[in-house]
Amino acid sequence: MIVRPFALAAACLFAFAAPAFADTTVTVLHVNDNAAAVAIWDRIAADYSAGHKGVKVEFKYLENEAFKAKLPTMLQSDDSRPALFYSWGGGVMEAQAKAGFLKDITADVASVEAQLSPTAVDAFKVDGKVVGMPFDTGEVTFFYNKKLFDKAGVKAEEIKSWDDFLGAVKKFKAAGITPLVVGAGEKWPMHFYYSYLVMRIGGDHALTDAKAGKDGGYKNPIFVEAGKRLRELAALEPFQPGYLSTTHAQSAAIFGDGKAAMDLMGEWLLGMQGSNAADGKGQAVDNIGVLSFPVLSGGKGKATDTLGGVHAFLVTKTAPPEAVDFLKFFSQEKYAKEAAVAGAYIPVYKGAEESISNPIVKRLASDLAATTYHQNFFDQDLGPSVGRVVNDISVAVAAGQMTPEAAAAAIQDAADQQ
Amino acid sequence: MTATPTSFVEPRRRLSLNGWAVILVFLPPAVLLFTVFVAMPMGEASWYSFFNWNGYGRPEKFIGLKNYGYLVGNNAFTRALINNGLIIIASLLVQLPLAMGVALMVAGRVTGAVWFRMIFFLPYVLADVAAGLIWRFMFDGETGIASAAAALIGMPPVFLLASKDWAFSAVIIVILWKYFGFHMMLYIAGLQGIDKSLLEAAEMDGATPVQRFWHITLPLLGPMIRLSIFFSVIGALQLFDVIVPLTGGGPFDTTNTLVSYLYYFGITRMRVGFGSAVGVVLFCICVAFAFGYKRWFMRDD
Repeated sequence: MIVRPFALAAACLFAFAAPAFADTTVTVLHVNDNAAAVAIWDRIAADYSAGHKGVKVEFKYLENEAFKAKLPTMLQSDDSRPALFYSWGGGVMEAQAKAGFLKDITADVASVEAQLSPTAVDAFKVDGKVVGMPFDTGEVTFFYNKKLFDKAGVKAEEIKSWDDFLGAVKKFKAAGITPLVVGAGEKWPMHFYYSYLVMRIGGDHALTDAKAGKDGGYKNPIFVEAGKRLRELAALEPFQPGYLSTTHAQSAAIFGDGKAAMDLMGEWLLGMQGSNAADGKGQAVDNIGVLSFPVLSGGKGKATDTLGGVHAFLVTKTAPPEAVDFLKFFSQEKYAKEAAVAGAYIPVYKGAEESISNPIVKRLASDLAATTYHQNFFDQDLGPSVGRVVNDISVAVAAGQMTPEAAAAAIQDAADQQ
Repeated sequence: MTATPTSFVEPRRRLSLNGWAVILVFLPPAVLLFTVFVAMPMGEASWYSFFNWNGYGRPEKFIGLKNYGYLVGNNAFTRALINNGLIIIASLLVQLPLAMGVALMVAGRVTGAVWFRMIFFLPYVLADVAAGLIWRFMFDGETGIASAAAALIGMPPVFLLASKDWAFSAVIIVILWKYFGFHMMLYIAGLQGIDKSLLEAAEMDGATPVQRFWHITLPLLGPMIRLSIFFSVIGALQLFDVIVPLTGGGPFDTTNTLVSYLYYFGITRMRVGFGSAVGVVLFCICVAFAFGYKRWFMRDD
C-alpha cells in the first residue's frame, strides 16, 4: 500500500517528463481547412522545433464559427490564450487591439516586413503599430464556365461595363442557362456584389469616408446607388432557383457541376467547386475563366481595384519571444514559394507568386500584384456588428424586400449603435 | 433520517440535531452550485445588458436601457417573438392531441406496440442538428422529396426554405415531427399508471369507449397533460438547435426564435450586451410562465 502511491507518483513524473523537454510551447490557433496549406504549416513547425531545442510549435484547428465564438473568451484567460492566432484583420482585430490583447511587434519584424506586400502588411497595423504578420491573400472575382459562355455566344473579353454585364446575363437567360450562382442562404456571398458596386461607384475612398461619417455616412448616394444597381441586376432573375436558401457549399457544387455560367467568389472556389461537385472533380482548370467585376459609367472605381481577404497570424500580449521569432521564421521566402508551388494559397511574399503553376491562381496573383486599390472584405473590415448588417441588406435588397435607401439607413443605424 | 421509534433520546432534540447535520452537509454544495452556475450567470447577464460591450476586455460603455430600447419595434425581434408564439400554438393544438392519439393506440398490449413506440420515439432521440440537416435535404428544391412530390403533379420545383411565406411552416413541421414522440412517451407512462379496474368497471356499467376516454382516461391523465403542456411551452421558448442547420433564421429573419435571434444578433455580431438583454427578456418570459403555470394549473399535482 505504500509502494502504490510512489509508483503512481513516478508514473506521473514520467508522463510529464517527456513534454518537459520542450520548455516553451507556441500555440497557433487557426481556421484553415485547406489540407495542403496545413501540411506545409506543420512542416514549418517541425523545422523550427528541430532548429530550436526546447521550443514546440503547435497548429490547432477550430471550425470557423466556433473559432469566432470561442476566441473572445480564450483571449481573456491567461491559461488558454494562444500565442498566435488567425485573423482577417479589420474591425475585429481593432477591437482586440483596443482591449489590450495584442502585442506591438513593429520593431521585431521590421526586417521581414519589407519583403511582404505593403497592402497586406498595412492591413495588420493598428494606429501604425504592427500586430501580426500576413501570409496569404486572395481576390473575389467572377469565375466563369467557358463552355457555357460559348454555348450562349457570350464573349467574356467583351464584358467591360455594367451594361455589357447585364446584356450577358440576358443572353444566358435567353439560352436557358443560369447566369449566376450565389449561396445567399449564408448571406455573405451576396455582399460581394454590394461591396464591388460600392467600390466601382465610389472608388477607393467610399468605404473609409462612410466609416468616418462623411456625407451622411452610409446613407450617402454611393451606397444607395449600389443598392439600386444590385436590384437592377437581381430584377433580371439571374440567380439559380431557390438561391435564398442555397448554402455556400451548394453554390460551389452548382458551379462545379456546370449548371451556372458565373460565380462571384473568392479564390477558394477553385478547390471547393471540385470537392463539392457531384463527380468530385468539378470543372477542369482550362474550362474556368476569370472576369473582373465590370465598371460603371460615371463611377470613380477602376477595373483594377480588387476586393479580397488577407490573412495573418496576430501575436497576443503574453506570447513568449519565441512566438515572434517563429513568426519571422514562418515568413521566409522558402516557405512562401512552397505554398505557391503546391497551389495551397497566394503568398504575400514579394515575387513568390511567380512560383504559382495553376494558371488561374497565377492570374489572380498578378491582379493582386497590379492592384490599384485593394479592399478587405466589407464584413471583416467593418467588424461583425456592422458587417453582418451589410450581408443582411445585400440579400434583402437583391430580393426586393428592402429599398436601397432603407438598406443604407440600416447600415448607418448599426454603425450608430456601435 | 426521521427519528427511530426505539430511540431512548428525546425524539425532538435528536431530530433537530440530525436536521442540522443534514443541512450542514448538504446545503453548502447545493448553494455553491446554484450560485456559481445559476445565480451568478443570471446576474452577470443582466449586468452586461446595460452595456455596449463586444465581449473583449471589461464592459465599460454604460448605456442604461438602450439595449432593451433597440428591441422595441425591431422587426426581426418581433418576428422571433411571434414565431415562438406560433410554435407554442402549433404544439398545443396539433402536437399534443397527435401524441395523445398515438399514445392511446400504442399504449395497450397490442402485438408490435413496442416497435411502434420505438419508431415514433426515434425522431426525439435523433440529435437536433442532424434532424435539421436531414430536413434541409428533404425540403431542398433540387433534390428534396417536397420537390419530387410537386414534380409528380406537374408543378415546378418548390423551394420551401427559400420562401419567406413558407419557410416557417416547414420549420413547424420539423418541430412537430421531432418532439411529438417525447409527449407520446409521457402519455404512455400516464396511461399505464391508470388502474385498469376503473375502466373495466365503467365498461361493465355500459360506458362506450368514447365515454370511458372522456370521463375516466382523460381526467386521470390530467397531471401528465399539464406536465406535457409545461414541457412543450418551455421547450418551444428555448428552441434553437433545429433552426440553425435548417434555415439559419432566414430568409430575411423570418424563421428565428428568441434563442436563435439572440445567437445571430448577439453572439455572432459580438454584441454581448445586446444579446444579454435578449437573454434577460427570454428569462423573464420563461420565469413568468413557469411560476404562473405552476401557481394556476399545477397546484394539485
